[in-house]
Amino acid sequence: MSLEFSAEAQKKIAALCDRYPTKKPVVLAALHLAQKEHGHLSDDAMRLVARTLDLPYAHVYGVATFYTMFRLEPGGAQTIRMCTNISCMLRGGYEVLDAFEKRLGLKKGEHNAKFTLVEEECIAACDKAPCAVVGTKYFYDITPTQVSDIVAELEREPHPEGEVV
Amino acid sequence: MPASVGTHLVTQRFGNEQARTLAGYEASGGYSMVRKALSMTPEAITNEVKASNLRGRGGAGFATGVKWGFVPKDAKEVHLVCNADESEPGTCKDRLLIYWDPHLLIEGMIISALALKAKHNYIYIRGEMMREYLVLQAAVKEAYTRGLLGDNVLGSGRAVHLTVHRGAGAYICGEETALLNSLEGLRGQPRLKPPFPAIKGLFNNPTIVNNVETLMNVPFILDKGGAWFNELGMGRSGGTRIVCVSGHVNKPGVFELPMGITFNQIINDICGGVWKGRKAKAVIPGGVSMPPLDADELDVPCEFDALQTDERIKPVMVRPGQQFDLGGGRMLRTMAGSGGIVVLDDQSDIPRALWRILKFFAHESCGQCTPCREGTGWLEKVARRVGHGQGKEGDIDLMASIAHGIAGNTICALGDAAAWPTLGFLTKFRADFEAAIQRRAA
Repeated sequence: MSLEFSAEAQKKIAALCDRYPTKKPVVLAALHLAQKEHGHLSDDAMRLVARTLDLPYAHVYGVATFYTMFRLEPGGAQTIRMCTNISCMLRGGYEVLDAFEKRLGLKKGEHNAKFTLVEEECIAACDKAPCAVVGTKYFYDITPTQVSDIVAELEREPHPEGEVV
Repeated sequence: MPASVGTHLVTQRFGNEQARTLAGYEASGGYSMVRKALSMTPEAITNEVKASNLRGRGGAGFATGVKWGFVPKDAKEVHLVCNADESEPGTCKDRLLIYWDPHLLIEGMIISALALKAKHNYIYIRGEMMREYLVLQAAVKEAYTRGLLGDNVLGSGRAVHLTVHRGAGAYICGEETALLNSLEGLRGQPRLKPPFPAIKGLFNNPTIVNNVETLMNVPFILDKGGAWFNELGMGRSGGTRIVCVSGHVNKPGVFELPMGITFNQIINDICGGVWKGRKAKAVIPGGVSMPPLDADELDVPCEFDALQTDERIKPVMVRPGQQFDLGGGRMLRTMAGSGGIVVLDDQSDIPRALWRILKFFAHESCGQCTPCREGTGWLEKVARRVGHGQGKEGDIDLMASIAHGIAGNTICALGDAAAWPTLGFLTKFRADFEAAIQRRAA
């Protein structure tokens, strides 16, 4: 099935192409947009990016599979990125990740319709460890007992990553 | 005059919501240094930065003015790229700097671009920093509307453009040549050097890549002069230093401090001491890539040169009796890195901490060089079993041997970044690893 970008996305891509000498540097932004509009980077979504930027499909595929924020399979509407790197680990990051797994009924890396749970590497909030980021929203100094409230808050006020793109 | 604990340059607007907007920033004196820069020659700006002894705050500590000086004089097109891909574990300053003072970064970039005669400039921001990306986008838009950016900066006839470029999740893109490849729309794999970016960088043009904190210091240098900035610092390191303190302290935080402050002072005077009344066992001085300090080495200053040369810091060993050779017989003590200070208390599980660090590097290796691709995964596997009570006799020597095989044998520094802390932890906390392995044998 041939996919298309929305008119708004096409406008954004065209404006970005003016900022670089060629279209190739726009590939990350176009992949972010394709993931926003089509949920994940299916084969067709990557072909759409390739066609839009006049790039070989193989190039787009190579880029899409290199970066961890791109997903080639469907995921949840929101992505919870829970850090367990050293500063978070030292203050209970793994216990918080366990609490997310139990509350959501998901293992890290898994998703349901609402959430994808990711064990994230350092998110640059080490002074407020353990921490997580969901779209534009940071959660600081998390204890396992707060996890249930965090999930309830995200259900009320979602922070999908696509809203940034 | 050297800086004191209260000297705040780049963090002075932290907590000031007003100053985050263009109007508020200008009201607090912002963008006046763009006007000053427009009245100066590019050479005069560069000379101030050279005199300031400003050193790169991203990790390498290279002299910023010297780096700028490498751009060929006859270059037709030059680019300035801000590295805002902060992702070195333990480091959390650039994200805050961008959030609280986006216009200071833009002002620093305009001045630096004028010095470098760079028209098309970019901020490469880490993909996961979604909140900060929106903050920067909004600030850049404001600056364009105000005429601070564009083809005719404040009517001067000089062009400075700025584009915010968002990454998509890859630690390696903090390495400057990987960053440039990523910016060009490629996989973020580091380039072989030379040529260095200052000669051949973005789109094959001479390119200067500077860290967020580095560029934010430039307006202050222009305001009060390079000599003033140099005197704030210590030795060959001008200015203040931001440290990010995390781990087992009572008051973790991001602090702008004098260069000469020691680790003990940071832990005890600034951060309220080690938590739970305990003592520090190990301190990572500048992000997890750097070899750790032990409890006897905390009276050294967190300044760039001191961490490399202070004789109170024991050299990193390959094995007892054999010093690690950085090349040409130079020993490795440690380095100031990114300013990410991680404190581990005296009840910490050191082997498990090293395992977590190595898990990170194994995950982030770009896969280009065999020693790093295979070596980081192998190291993680051995460290995992040692850190989880499954270690085998000989694992300490095995880890040292793998790390030694990676160090110095890869295109970029990620291989060293995995090898150095491995050798550093094994050098200074060997007994902890031996005990972990013996626990299993028992």
